[in-house]
Amino acid sequence: MALRRKRPSLQRRAVYAVAGAVFAFLLLPLAVILPVSFTSADYLAFPPPGFSLRWYEAYFADPLWIAATLRSLAIAGAVTVLATALGTLLAYSIVRGRYPGRAVVSQIATAPLAVPTIVYSIAVYGLFSTLKLVGHWHGIALAHTVHALPFVVLIMGAALRTVDPAQEQAAMGLGASRFGAILRVTLPQLRPALVSSAFLAFISSFDELVIAMFLSGADMTLPKKMFDNIQMEIEPTVAAVAMIQIALAAVVLTLAARFGSGAKVLN
Amino acid sequence: MSARRRDLGPLAAGALPLLFLGVLFLFPVLRLLLTSVEGGSLAAFEKAATDALYVGVLIDTVKLSLIVAAICLALAYPVAYFLATASRLWAAIGFGCLLLPFWTSILVRTYAWTIVLGRNGLVNRLLLDLGIATGPVPLLNNEIGVVVGMVHVLLPYMVFPIYAVMLRIDRDLAAAAEGLGATPWRVFTRVYFPLTLPGAFAGSVLVFVIALGFFITPAILGGGRVITIGLLIEQQVRQFLDWPFAAALSALLLAAALLIQGTFQRVLRGEARWH
Repeated sequence: MALRRKRPSLQRRAVYAVAGAVFAFLLLPLAVILPVSFTSADYLAFPPPGFSLRWYEAYFADPLWIAATLRSLAIAGAVTVLATALGTLLAYSIVRGRYPGRAVVSQIATAPLAVPTIVYSIAVYGLFSTLKLVGHWHGIALAHTVHALPFVVLIMGAALRTVDPAQEQAAMGLGASRFGAILRVTLPQLRPALVSSAFLAFISSFDELVIAMFLSGADMTLPKKMFDNIQMEIEPTVAAVAMIQIALAAVVLTLAARFGSGAKVLN
Repeated sequence: MSARRRDLGPLAAGALPLLFLGVLFLFPVLRLLLTSVEGGSLAAFEKAATDALYVGVLIDTVKLSLIVAAICLALAYPVAYFLATASRLWAAIGFGCLLLPFWTSILVRTYAWTIVLGRNGLVNRLLLDLGIATGPVPLLNNEIGVVVGMVHVLLPYMVFPIYAVMLRIDRDLAAAAEGLGATPWRVFTRVYFPLTLPGAFAGSVLVFVIALGFFITPAILGGGRVITIGLLIEQQVRQFLDWPFAAALSALLLAAALLIQGTFQRVLRGEARWH
């Protein structure tokens, strides 16, 4: 710490300057998209020639955009419930279990992380084509749940390891059923991790494009509709939609940071 | 009740999620991989390994991923150093700058780059106004745009492992080296930098592997002129319905990802707790 007293060396200041430039590079896309979403022009231009809310109005007036948004919200909601429930059960099994093959179960639980999304997307597309599940939002929700599950298992597993199993045994010794002991003793201590898992599962589904691209058919999710718009036409509605999406993600993450176990776990 | 009785509760708790992953993850992935050797023929793999067009795509993907990993490393190192050594307030601001885009969807960020890099975009306007260029410089629908977009998405994955390693370096080491007469530059090259190599290594492997399977960024910023293995797989499935070939490409991509990750897992496990 005595080193800190000295004035920063020239080298250190040079390194900090480079870091500052990289931070600017990281923030640039967000800094550009905000003013563009408020542009008054019919085309993409930066800086915008004037200010207007017309692209936000265009978004709210278009039933297709609204339908896509509601569909994505429904899918993300289903994924949140499914992934959090299944992931918590799996984490409990891995952390508390003493059965042989636990290491393999742990591997399977995080395996979806190791498979590139494009590979999983066409794998599940192949399966759902034969099952006639392509084009149904249920199918997307199921595939998104697979996608989100490893994050829940990792977060809940880390949290479970900090809870002493003796507490559960003590509660059972005092007459509680196992289910009652878990519900009343263990789960309340896991609440922050549960909240973090739920929000992470929600965002991972709400922002997901590649799986949805293959599975959504004509009834698009919000990212799929944005992707098609970006590919086909260059008009600023997408910028307004992007801002709405960023705002929603920010709200969700702020809530997660407030009620969850914070950003520490998310990394 | 005997405490020694075999406890089957956790096993039962895992049954339902395992069944879910078995049906919706393991089964479709294995089914896809089997498609690549449909009818006991290795023709699909032969096509991927011999057809010059497809070999070119595989090589281009590896090259692109290497370039992206190298640029990420060069940019992430100063950022990690800043985060590890700046005052608490500045480090918090730095993390904000890092995490804000990290939590914005890849699609939105990629879209923003089309505005920045387009013909009438921010960069081209700047170049024209400063008199550096006489006409619009093509930055979109080519490798430049794809590299910029991918670096932007993958940079945090490089910063986190390097930062984690830097945090654990004992400050007294540098002080000791300085006390023994080393110049600051020598302290950095001989003491500090070698100690951060495991983090740099872990980050590079992670970024390279994720880059191999990238899809959204090359699809939008490449404008059809930059074909990666991910885009090739999508094209084979959707346009040509050539499932065996798409499956063979998927098998190659998956094998590469697992092999690289498996080989370096010791380093990754030991040094990068961020993944």
